[in-house]
Amino acid sequence: MNDQTPTAVERAEKLQGLGSKRKRVEDARFTQGKGNYVDDIKLPGMLFGDFVRSPYGHARIKSIDKAAALAVPGVVAVLTAEDLKPLNLHYMPTLAGDVQAVLADEKVLFQGQEVAFVVAENRYVAADAVDLVEVDYEQLPAINDPFKAMDADAPVLREDIKDKMEGAHGPRKHVNHIFTWEVGDKDAAHKAISEAEVVAEEMISYQRVHPCPLETCGCVASMDKINGKLTIWGTFQAPHAVRTVASLITNIPEHNIRIISPDIGGGFGNKVGVYPGYICSAVASIVTGVPIKWIEDRIENLTSTAFARDYHMKGRISATSDGKITGLDCHVLADHGAFDACADPTKFPAGFFNICTGSYDIPAAHVTVDGVYTNKAPGGVAYRCSFRVTEASYFIERMVDVLARKLDMDPADLRLKNFIKKEQFPYTSVLGWEYDSGDYETALDKAMKTVDYTGLRAEQKANREAFDRGETRKLMGIGVAFFTEIVGAGPVKNCDILGLGMFDSCEIRIHPTGSAIARLGTISQGQGHATTFAQILASEIGIPADMITIEEGDTDTAPYGLGTYGSRSTPVAGAATAMAGRKIRAKAQMIAAYLLEVHEDDLEWDVDRFQVKGNPESHKTMAELAFASYNQAIPGLEPGLEAVSYYDPPNMTYPFGAYLCVLDIDVDTGVTDVRRFYALDDCGTRINPMIIEGQVHGGLTEALAIAMGQEIAYDEIGNVKGATLLDFYLPTAVETPAWETDYTVTPSPHHPIGAKGVGESPNVGGVSAFSNAVNDAFAHKGLTHTQMPHDHWRVWKTAEKLGLNG
Amino acid sequence: MIPGAFDYHRPSTVAEAVTLLADAGEDGRVLAGGHSLIPMMKLRMATPETLIDLRHIDELRGIDENGGTITIGAMTTQAEMIASGLLADVCPILRETALQIADPQIRNLGTIGGNVANGDPGNDLPALMQALDAAYVIAGKSGSREVAARDFYEAAYFTALQDGEVLTAIRIATPPAGHGWAYEKQKRKIGDYATAAAAVLLTMSGGKCASASIALTNVGDTPLFAEAAGAALAGTDLGADAVNAAVAAAEAIAEPAEDGRGPVDFRIKVAGQMVRRGIARAASRAS
Ligand SMILES: Cc1cc2nc3c(=O)[nH]c(=O)nc-3n(C[C@H](O)[C@H](O)[C@H](O)COP(=O)(O)OP(=O)(O)OC[C@H]3O[C@@H](n4cnc5c(N)ncnc54)[C@H](O)[C@@H]3O)c2cc1C
Repeated sequence: MNDQTPTAVERAEKLQGLGSKRKRVEDARFTQGKGNYVDDIKLPGMLFGDFVRSPYGHARIKSIDKAAALAVPGVVAVLTAEDLKPLNLHYMPTLAGDVQAVLADEKVLFQGQEVAFVVAENRYVAADAVDLVEVDYEQLPAINDPFKAMDADAPVLREDIKDKMEGAHGPRKHVNHIFTWEVGDKDAAHKAISEAEVVAEEMISYQRVHPCPLETCGCVASMDKINGKLTIWGTFQAPHAVRTVASLITNIPEHNIRIISPDIGGGFGNKVGVYPGYICSAVASIVTGVPIKWIEDRIENLTSTAFARDYHMKGRISATSDGKITGLDCHVLADHGAFDACADPTKFPAGFFNICTGSYDIPAAHVTVDGVYTNKAPGGVAYRCSFRVTEASYFIERMVDVLARKLDMDPADLRLKNFIKKEQFPYTSVLGWEYDSGDYETALDKAMKTVDYTGLRAEQKANREAFDRGETRKLMGIGVAFFTEIVGAGPVKNCDILGLGMFDSCEIRIHPTGSAIARLGTISQGQGHATTFAQILASEIGIPADMITIEEGDTDTAPYGLGTYGSRSTPVAGAATAMAGRKIRAKAQMIAAYLLEVHEDDLEWDVDRFQVKGNPESHKTMAELAFASYNQAIPGLEPGLEAVSYYDPPNMTYPFGAYLCVLDIDVDTGVTDVRRFYALDDCGTRINPMIIEGQVHGGLTEALAIAMGQEIAYDEIGNVKGATLLDFYLPTAVETPAWETDYTVTPSPHHPIGAKGVGESPNVGGVSAFSNAVNDAFAHKGLTHTQMPHDHWRVWKTAEKLGLNG
Repeated sequence: MIPGAFDYHRPSTVAEAVTLLADAGEDGRVLAGGHSLIPMMKLRMATPETLIDLRHIDELRGIDENGGTITIGAMTTQAEMIASGLLADVCPILRETALQIADPQIRNLGTIGGNVANGDPGNDLPALMQALDAAYVIAGKSGSREVAARDFYEAAYFTALQDGEVLTAIRIATPPAGHGWAYEKQKRKIGDYATAAAAVLLTMSGGKCASASIALTNVGDTPLFAEAAGAALAGTDLGADAVNAAVAAAEAIAEPAEDGRGPVDFRIKVAGQMVRRGIARAASRAS
């Protein structure tokens, strides 16, 4: 051997595969302003659409007069429900089995609802014309409080389905009721609670928030009348699902619809659903024969596209007097707004809320969820949380804290005492999930040691004494949160959206000179797929990540997949990528055996090559094998080197983490200062530590926003209070604390590379940590629970009620 | 978020601007930094038909001090106020306040004139101008006049400015050397208007407060000159009773509306806290 020959370690480093802090390949274009977003698309003859929207929360439409709008020079058309009815497109199916008005049919049900679609030569003319469409409304009483939605005398919201008492998820109890979902053994849970030594009870509300991606939703629809093909570029987190839905509702054959997701400026669940703007743009393009662009502004995005949360969770948790949890019961009232447009798998109308036993070994639990209609925008999407996991996690993490107060136990100790033990995995929870792997105790232990938890509690004790002596007006709060996520939806046997199984896919082509392209059914919105999927492949097939193009988002070229949300890309499409890579490697092995004239079994894989066992000098690199596949006639083998894999995950993955937050509250102003935030994440195998860190930073910032300020609130008559970024809390770098990140690694046993997904963990775990810290600051003064968001005035009110300020 | 149509003019002298404004009639508006006006136009809450951009009028820019009077041209940007060494020396509260306006991008365009002429009770500079007892120099067809900041604000977006008038400069009597100052502002985040804010200026003499002037931001329809609060401090040693009296006097005139920043009682108490903290900080800086 020659000492210049790179070692296996050096060759592996060159690949920039699993574990490499590879720089994001996307950033070259993003940092230079060269991204290609939907609003960058400009087609010849393109017209612009803009909506007339309801100023009322609930009103009857008596008439719509388009004449003045149509008279504006440059206005091409004004569409209303009447125009869509003959096409049967005035309603569209939602991803939750309901229908949603594309343009308001006789009634408006939320402020900001789409009433008419103006098509004009440019945005300015369209906006002028929107003001001139005269809609005569008769205002009706609105429901803004979900607890009043099922009152006997509540106004009927959905007249279109008032006689349809069998809903998509079973019988409806009231015209404003959507579904009831029940999981667990009610009798066992109630028995455990009624016999328990200690029971804590609390109403935990998780306010309505909005993912608020930097780029709002929009599309360009272009009908080519010559070849009958409809192409839609849009902000779609699930392009293939959009194609199938578009085909089902328009009757255009699926091969004649092409959906393209260009660069997407953040999604977080907001871009999963199908919005009226997409349908109206498509219809307008079909009618006019020219491309139509529709782009929301910020107010439209915040008031009409999918919100998140709005869960009101009444819980009871019981324990023995020494802190062993014995039972959990929860009833959720879920405010879904005017249409049920959440995006959960069909069998899970409340998503995976039954993960609400969290990280604890709870022997008896029971959950019911009632979904109701109100005069608010539809939605109920993830917001960087897989299917109501944030709600569930927030619920259990608050309940455990409330129980700890009642037991007079330290909240960390109570958690340690009730964790599912390492040896219990795979662990089947009493509410039906099979947790794949975990080592919770190690994680929380590491977290507590790193932040010196004992020291912090001692400091807090001193702070409280100083406060009582009048030496300080600040109270210190310590928030402990431990979350278990459930991501990677999901096994086709129980996860589908509109009947589409939630598998995902990858298709790989190796080029003759040893570079490659891989296409996936997912679509990045900032997660860095082009970087990380290439890393998975690099490790699987021995081609440097830099030589692998990753392409997503064009349904004409990408294999079918269910898209990117719910942290599913790595668990599902990432697995498909690894599996497709393994198929490539298997064929390459056959080629190598032929070239090296040995039996396949005599070969072994070594980083980027097959070598003869015991004789490493005799080898063929993947690049050589790729070339051979194109220029050698190998008996029994087809030319070329390609593979496809459709991966149906055997189970979900269960990332977890321990988060600790330390903050100081000024009781006179309600201002909260987060002084320290430590986040330990275990997402299994770590593909790119730098990207994980970035995802965690982003998710924690969103968690901060939600816990400390975000809220989409409505007044009694259905007006949205504060729908611009002046009021909707988006923290800047100034408000954002410095994050400390850490990790443990507990691979998923069923995932090909052991990876679990991380994008949502920080949002799921972060919110509880902030909220627990705020609650903790006041706990010694008798507070059990205060509702989010913990903005200045609410915190101040809490202090006031406890007699601490003034 | 798309404004209606408008005509646009870019005069280079005040005289020209005043003529254009008179010609435009009541649908004409002057444009300064655009960071209050353009957002309103995008929401179509303002629909001027003619915009007269003052950005190219050199005589409206600049900061100087002469004979105990500071003069700041209306088109001086908030960033220029921050960068001014002269202001930092002779009237540092201007810099401290400007630094709490919005964010650097906005301050690079937003002007002092636009901020005080706008009439939005959320703007930070008007209360400060009341505390400083500034005068606004206003040009119109028939010449120039001066209005005291304390007399300028009538209601939200209603000021003493008449149709056809342009604010040309702000004049402030240079505060005495050794004065104490503080602008205390509570907000939800960078770029937000105040939940409540207070400008506090005072002078000390022989361990006693010789004079004090306090004004409040965003707790009423207009900025509020808290005359009684200042008076409660004058002649005292700034002991707890005096400070409590000043805080109570400030809270007594605060009449905020409930909004996303919080309910009325909270915002009044925050105003009181800002005054309390402002007094403490101003006193610590006075000599
Ligand atoms: C996101 C955001 C956050 C902000 N936060 C704050 C804040 O925290 N505190 C704060 O004080 N301000 C804040 N502002 C407002 C900002 O300071 C504006 O720049 C300022 O209010 C207006 O100044 P302008 O030069 O931009 O004026 P413009 O917007 O151009 O004009 C405002 C109004 O004043 C009139 N006007 C302007 N100049 C003159 C003149 N010379 N004579 C007569 N009339 C005139 C205009 O006709 C218009 O009616 C914020 C703005 C934004 C967009």
